[in-house]
Amino acid sequence: METLKRHYWKILSIILLIYTVYAGFNGQVPRQPILNETIRNLYFHVTMWFTMIFLLGTSVYHSIQYLRKSDLKSDLISSTYVEVGMVFAVLGLITGSVWAKFTWGDWWTNDPKLNSVAIGLLIYLAYSLVRSSMPDEMQKARISSVYNIFAFVIFMVLIWILPRMTDSLHPGNGGNPAFSKMDLDNRMRMVFYPAIIGWTLLGFWIAQLRIRIKNLEQQNEL
Amino acid sequence: MALTEIFVLIRKEMQLEWRNKYAIHGLVLYLAATIFICYLSFKAKQQSIHPIMWNTLFWIILLFSAVNAVGKSFTQESANRNIFYYTFAKPESVIFSKIIYNTLVMLGVSLIGIFFYSWVMGNPVGNMPLYLVSLVLGAIGFASTLSLVAGIAAQGENSATLMAVMSFPLIIPLLLLLLKLSKSALDGISLSENWDEIAILGALDIIVIVFSGILFPYIWKH
Repeated sequence: METLKRHYWKILSIILLIYTVYAGFNGQVPRQPILNETIRNLYFHVTMWFTMIFLLGTSVYHSIQYLRKSDLKSDLISSTYVEVGMVFAVLGLITGSVWAKFTWGDWWTNDPKLNSVAIGLLIYLAYSLVRSSMPDEMQKARISSVYNIFAFVIFMVLIWILPRMTDSLHPGNGGNPAFSKMDLDNRMRMVFYPAIIGWTLLGFWIAQLRIRIKNLEQQNEL
Repeated sequence: MALTEIFVLIRKEMQLEWRNKYAIHGLVLYLAATIFICYLSFKAKQQSIHPIMWNTLFWIILLFSAVNAVGKSFTQESANRNIFYYTFAKPESVIFSKIIYNTLVMLGVSLIGIFFYSWVMGNPVGNMPLYLVSLVLGAIGFASTLSLVAGIAAQGENSATLMAVMSFPLIIPLLLLLLKLSKSALDGISLSENWDEIAILGALDIIVIVFSGILFPYIWKH
């Protein structure tokens, strides 16, 4: 019973993801112009961004915890969440790129959302550079926590405010169909929301495994 | 009380700059040399330059000058002297004084820059007052974002590289907004049509300044 209490969310994640894959490929979807069947990418592409934002948000929470309590564990957790968040960012970029090839005819288009995410990746690559440039553990943790919080704020401005100011071919911008009230019907919602939860849980599961591995590595070094 | 502290620190910055003028002279010379290189490679070779390219080029010159000017904020004084400031000044006063001082420097750089740039490259701007508004907002934004980044970079070992790697992605949201606003000024669109952009830019500047004030104390304490 105790193990079930601790691990039920992992089982939930697996079930939700199996459901997502099954219903995602077999379920009914509305026929939208241009999008057609590729609208199913909603379950596998958009959910990556949700997961990434949740992971990065959690990372910021742990960075704040570090600045308040100076516990190196928080820094380790925070940096791991950034790493896993970046994995999901790359996955989102790849799924988006494949989709763009079949819908817009090109692997990379000049789209504000695409560019924003590329800049986001640069911001977080700089984060790992900052970490590797500091030899002292405490200093590394302090400085990278500060940078992480600052970077997250700028990143949020970048992905939430800027794309709304320019027209774009991306679904949801410039009058293109996307998951707004009118376009997303209830059958799709039945898959989309569980998919978000499933992928997010998977992200946190991966992050937790990474944290445990890192903790063990540190214990081995001592 | 805090205000007098900030004021005293700003005066200190100015006096330091006044005593060894090479830094400010170097900056102006850097600006002039860059602008002249741009003149030789674009205008002198092709006889004309597209207004959009004119605008973008000017902002890139300003960006590089800003990174150079603000990057030295924390490295030009010795670590010992920084510890001395730490003993009597509040960290918030230190960062706010740096931001205000760097804003003044950037305002000077922008004005000298636009004068010299218009002189050699011509001036296609349709609405000059609006262009000046974008320069002021840009000066505040550059100074505040880069001051915090300079504080972070000064902690690392290779601070010049760190400064460049961290500041370029973080400055892009600001730069994109500035390009949009100055493009409107270029086309001669009136100020009242651009309140949205001005408001968003102002909000971004304020967000960055507030977060600098919150986060800087954690960088400052050793």
